[in-house]
Amino acid sequence: MNSAIRWPSEVPDDQVPLDVRSVTKRFRRRGRGQSQPGPGGRRRAYHTAVNSVSFRMRPQEIYGVIGANGSGKSTLIRVLSTLIIPDEGDVLIFGRDALHSPASVRPLLNRVSADPSFFRAMSALENLLFYGRAYGIAGPLVRQRSLDLLTRLGLEHEARQPMTELSRGQQQKVAVARAFLTAPRLMLLDEPTTGLDPRSKRTVQSFISDVRRDGVAILLTTHDMEEADQLCDRLAFLAGGRIVAEGTSEELRAHVAGSTTRKADDVDMEDVFMAFTGRSIEEDEEEPESREELQDDTA
Amino acid sequence: MTQLENVVRLPAPRRVALGWAFFERQTNLWKRYWAWEVVWVVYGVVNTLAITFIAKEASHGGLIRPAEVSRLTLFLLIGTLTWAYLSAVLDDMSLVITWERWEGTIEHTFMTPVSRTVHLIGMSVFGVVHATIRTAIIMACALPFFDINFSHVNWTEVAAVIAIGSVSLVGLGILTGILPMLYPERGVQMSFMVQALVLLVSGVYYGIDVLPGWLQAASHLSPATFMLNGVRAAMLNGAGFGSEGRTLLILAIFGLVMVPSSLAIFAAAERWAKKTGRLKRQG
Repeated sequence: MNSAIRWPSEVPDDQVPLDVRSVTKRFRRRGRGQSQPGPGGRRRAYHTAVNSVSFRMRPQEIYGVIGANGSGKSTLIRVLSTLIIPDEGDVLIFGRDALHSPASVRPLLNRVSADPSFFRAMSALENLLFYGRAYGIAGPLVRQRSLDLLTRLGLEHEARQPMTELSRGQQQKVAVARAFLTAPRLMLLDEPTTGLDPRSKRTVQSFISDVRRDGVAILLTTHDMEEADQLCDRLAFLAGGRIVAEGTSEELRAHVAGSTTRKADDVDMEDVFMAFTGRSIEEDEEEPESREELQDDTA
Repeated sequence: MTQLENVVRLPAPRRVALGWAFFERQTNLWKRYWAWEVVWVVYGVVNTLAITFIAKEASHGGLIRPAEVSRLTLFLLIGTLTWAYLSAVLDDMSLVITWERWEGTIEHTFMTPVSRTVHLIGMSVFGVVHATIRTAIIMACALPFFDINFSHVNWTEVAAVIAIGSVSLVGLGILTGILPMLYPERGVQMSFMVQALVLLVSGVYYGIDVLPGWLQAASHLSPATFMLNGVRAAMLNGAGFGSEGRTLLILAIFGLVMVPSSLAIFAAAERWAKKTGRLKRQG
């Protein structure tokens, strides 16, 4: 983080949606792997998934976190979601300590992951009813909001069908509806459009733009550089668990152009991705499974 | 109070009411998987009949006197029905983690603002209601096969033993539910082994006095032993609160110790899973 390329920006202290301070997460590895000092200073084989990551989001901002597979994006999202406890660092969500008082931030948060997981035998409406109630919303209001959201996402006719009968794209739209049903103030979107057809992708992207206008701050991870460029106000590039660059797409393009003989207008976001992650999008997409997944399987 | 504070602070009664979400969800799943429920009821009825017919065989074979048939039949019937109830509660509670892992929903559920205590209370209430309904259906199907005299049964005592015993059962169920969180690949099998051990030592189909000494000692660690003793005393001998007060007291102590300690152990296991990244593992 300290060596990251950053453009200074004024972020107001009050109502900062997300303030991540020097977050580090290591996972123990069995078998191969170099030993590192882990939590408590013991030398064991560890993989550092997130390494001293710091950033601060602005109110109502869409902040993109970009990185190759295994760069630490999903681990970071899980830390912010209160699902993984980091070894070091602090996470403040609207000024509340997410690590020591997770219950105080959960009502403010929600998340869409690349894999839309649901109770498959239940209908979309029954799933949404459960999640809405679990956030303290009364049943009739959940039903009304759910139908509104499903209608906005073009799923009004599928609301009562079991999830198993919906396509992957339709399930992902229900996942988006589930996340926004609870009126979160901070939304964590972990590759929400991965695997969607162009029409579904456009619907979800348009929905994300719409809800931002309602005052929601959004952290978005994606492999789709066009999507990142189009939706995000600022981008952070993650490589080896560290933020190596942060800025607007124009600032990042200009930096990449400055290190070559090209003009900023000739640099596209895929060039930026390659410059900061050290690999092409194609190489990244060919990798079958992220390093994060592999290291967790050995835990 | 700011709008943000309004969002964060639910009043205490509404926080407890969040447990309804889990009861309702399990009810919806139960309806969707009704065919499985039919399977378990049929299995329960067949199991009850198969074991209880042993009493008739014992009479035909001359192992017991005809006058003792009714008592042995009721003894075995109590064992099978109580086990149907116990195993249904334990199964439902052991699925707290396992089911969410199957569906891949565990992270979304654990992100909700429901406290783990309220979450587990919601699941426990469903487990007890579900087990009661299933056991009542099995009992209704099995009774016409036998000629049993219930005139001397103290039903109030039976209800009290089951109600108080269920609290400790929930504690045991929460403990078995922890295993799949700690051991994603083998946790479910381990929770079945715990159930099997409870079946062995609790005297479900026999009195615990037939067990070897060391297993008799182990039987006193199982709340199911005292539940079965209490139900049998009330149904076979018509025992009431006076003579079975000690059993009720022991069951109450089991509940008072097991529920808070199992909740504390669950919280510690959840924290460990979050530190090691095991929460998301699919098993």
